[in-house]
Amino acid sequence: MGSVIRKRLGLDLLILVTLFAWAQTAYGIPAFARKYGLPCSACHEAWPMLNNFGQTFKDNGYQLGNGRDAPIYQEPAYWPVMFRTTPVWHRESNNRQAVDSVAGNGGSGQIESTVTTSGFDLLGVDMITAGTLYQNISFFVQPFIGNSSISLQQAWTRLDNLAGSHWLNLKVGKFELDQPISQERSLILNNTGGIYYNYFFTPPGDNNFFQGIGFPQLGAELSGHSENDHTRYSVAVLSDSNGSPNSPSNQGYNVYANFNQAFEVPWFGKQEVGAYGYFGESPTFFQTSGGAPLPGTGTGNRGLYRAGVYGHWFVDKFDFYTFYLHGYDNVFLGNSVPSNQPSSLPFGAVAPVWNGGFVEGHYNPTPRWIVIGRYELNRMSRQANPNIRGDLGNVDIWTVGYRWYPIMSPRAGFAWTQEYSHASNAGAAPLSGKDDTHSSVLMGFDFDF
Amino acid sequence: MHMTGKPVLTVAILIFMLWGMIGAAQESHVGNLVGNAKRGKALYERYCIFCHGPTGDGRGESAPYLDPKPRDFTKAVFKCRSTASGSLPLDIDLYNTITRGVHASGMPSWRPLLRQERVDMVAYIKTFSPAFKEEKPGQPVTIPTEPPDSPDSIARGAALFQSLNCWSCHGKDGRGHGPSAASLTDSQGNPITPFDFTSGTHFKCGQSDQDMFRDLVTGLDGTPMPSFAAAMKPDQMWDVVHYIRTLSTSKKHAEPKDQTDGQ
Repeated sequence: MGSVIRKRLGLDLLILVTLFAWAQTAYGIPAFARKYGLPCSACHEAWPMLNNFGQTFKDNGYQLGNGRDAPIYQEPAYWPVMFRTTPVWHRESNNRQAVDSVAGNGGSGQIESTVTTSGFDLLGVDMITAGTLYQNISFFVQPFIGNSSISLQQAWTRLDNLAGSHWLNLKVGKFELDQPISQERSLILNNTGGIYYNYFFTPPGDNNFFQGIGFPQLGAELSGHSENDHTRYSVAVLSDSNGSPNSPSNQGYNVYANFNQAFEVPWFGKQEVGAYGYFGESPTFFQTSGGAPLPGTGTGNRGLYRAGVYGHWFVDKFDFYTFYLHGYDNVFLGNSVPSNQPSSLPFGAVAPVWNGGFVEGHYNPTPRWIVIGRYELNRMSRQANPNIRGDLGNVDIWTVGYRWYPIMSPRAGFAWTQEYSHASNAGAAPLSGKDDTHSSVLMGFDFDF
Repeated sequence: MHMTGKPVLTVAILIFMLWGMIGAAQESHVGNLVGNAKRGKALYERYCIFCHGPTGDGRGESAPYLDPKPRDFTKAVFKCRSTASGSLPLDIDLYNTITRGVHASGMPSWRPLLRQERVDMVAYIKTFSPAFKEEKPGQPVTIPTEPPDSPDSIARGAALFQSLNCWSCHGKDGRGHGPSAASLTDSQGNPITPFDFTSGTHFKCGQSDQDMFRDLVTGLDGTPMPSFAAAMKPDQMWDVVHYIRTLSTSKKHAEPKDQTDGQ
């Protein structure tokens, strides 16, 4: 049983690693810099991470409010499009991986061994077109061109400043949730630390359509903010599809909400606190035809939530994010058992509960240089299946790195990045059940234009 | 050679005074906040330098593509002031411009920045011109209580709009295309377009009636818009304000806003 779960967890981790490809869709948008003549540093503490001015611009529907936002004020040749790609060299090392004891001989039995790869690579191409269709009507379309696939990451339109108020904005489409710290704008790119693990975590043995707040979701979002963006809220109603178009899992809806408040503290700067929560259901089985599930007919819904608090603290040129998440999935979700077959639940089955969080610090002495450090952890509080090892799913990840921006202009962005991440996954080795570790070294150029 | 105690003390006092003068020139004061030019420089380089340039002369990398052109801080001439025409602005005037932005230009509102950051920026902007060390800013103009907006007041304002030749720049219907409009330039020789009063209520130096009144008193230095302090009495200025309001397609009037509130 434990081995199966570990293999499943290994699969989950593999999936998590493949999320890395999605994590590469972080962006800065020089199309806006070109439109307004502002440099990257006006909107980004260090691109792609927004500062408060950039967040306000985003919350205003990509409008500065200077009377020049509508497309009619732009040169007819202006096209609000930007591309981003990241040629890098990286080295990945994963220990205690299941490999054939004799390479090339699938029947030789498996052993655990370290798998190391390295070389030059390309992390796909982001294409973003975004801006205003008219005053107070904004849009965003983001296809991602991977090395072997194309996907539509986001596509939405937004009615801004309804009734002339900053407090009422309505967005409809597929969009990034109003996350405490934007996954899209992570400064880290490598396989091991390139995502916020807490945003995507599901417990071992869990079978939940909702895969975490890190994914763009389909739905409608009502949001608002004060003029200086120190007070913000958002409430989104989302289809229970984990953001996959054409395949809602059922006819249910989930809700995500986020609120944050910032304060100006003398000598220190801006201090921000916030709370968020995702509350929803996920189907546990489908109507079937010939045994095959019919899309959209999910039923036997059971509840889940992710909720927590966070803060962003500035001390002169240093700033720190602190993030906490508490997660819960219903017992049927946690054990991958249809709710119409309760007898299939293992003896002693309970709803899985876990806690996670991270601290991410930045030292940003100039707009051209930022040093990054992050420590992230996840701790299972209660396994869905008591037969599962209690700490399976626990993870510790730390990352250090820096980004240097040798050029900065209102036309394009260019960065040199170097980073190292190390992850330790408790009990995840597929054969021995020991802890396994992953590490990544990445260096390369990150540019958009 | 030994210096006696007295000359040493004198030199020390002189150095201290000089340091104090330089220090004072690199400070700004808005409310109870004191701006620091060193911190302001870092902010300027992050937010402002690409338009206003490294030396504050308005020739930043983006400047060729902007209309109107960014302000040349080395001239110490500012449109939006609460002081009389030809005098330096108060720190609060510069702070308000940073906070509010300048509508229909490339200058956005920097209200999302912290109040302290905006005050620091003011301190640094003042270092670009020696005028802020050599001169004191003027006294703020007095804005009397606004009389009621009435048809008679609007009619008088319309007559003044004609008799004072406001129409020659702003046009008879206020659309900014009067007969002189095409030939107007600012103090840097760049073409400048008179404000279109029909476009809304976002005037360059504030949205409220009080802001408009102040513009009439102070003029917009560095532009062809003169001060009408000598040409009109306060009641007449209010009449013009009331008339100009009728030209706007938006009838929503803004209340006077305290820019220092940070909200």
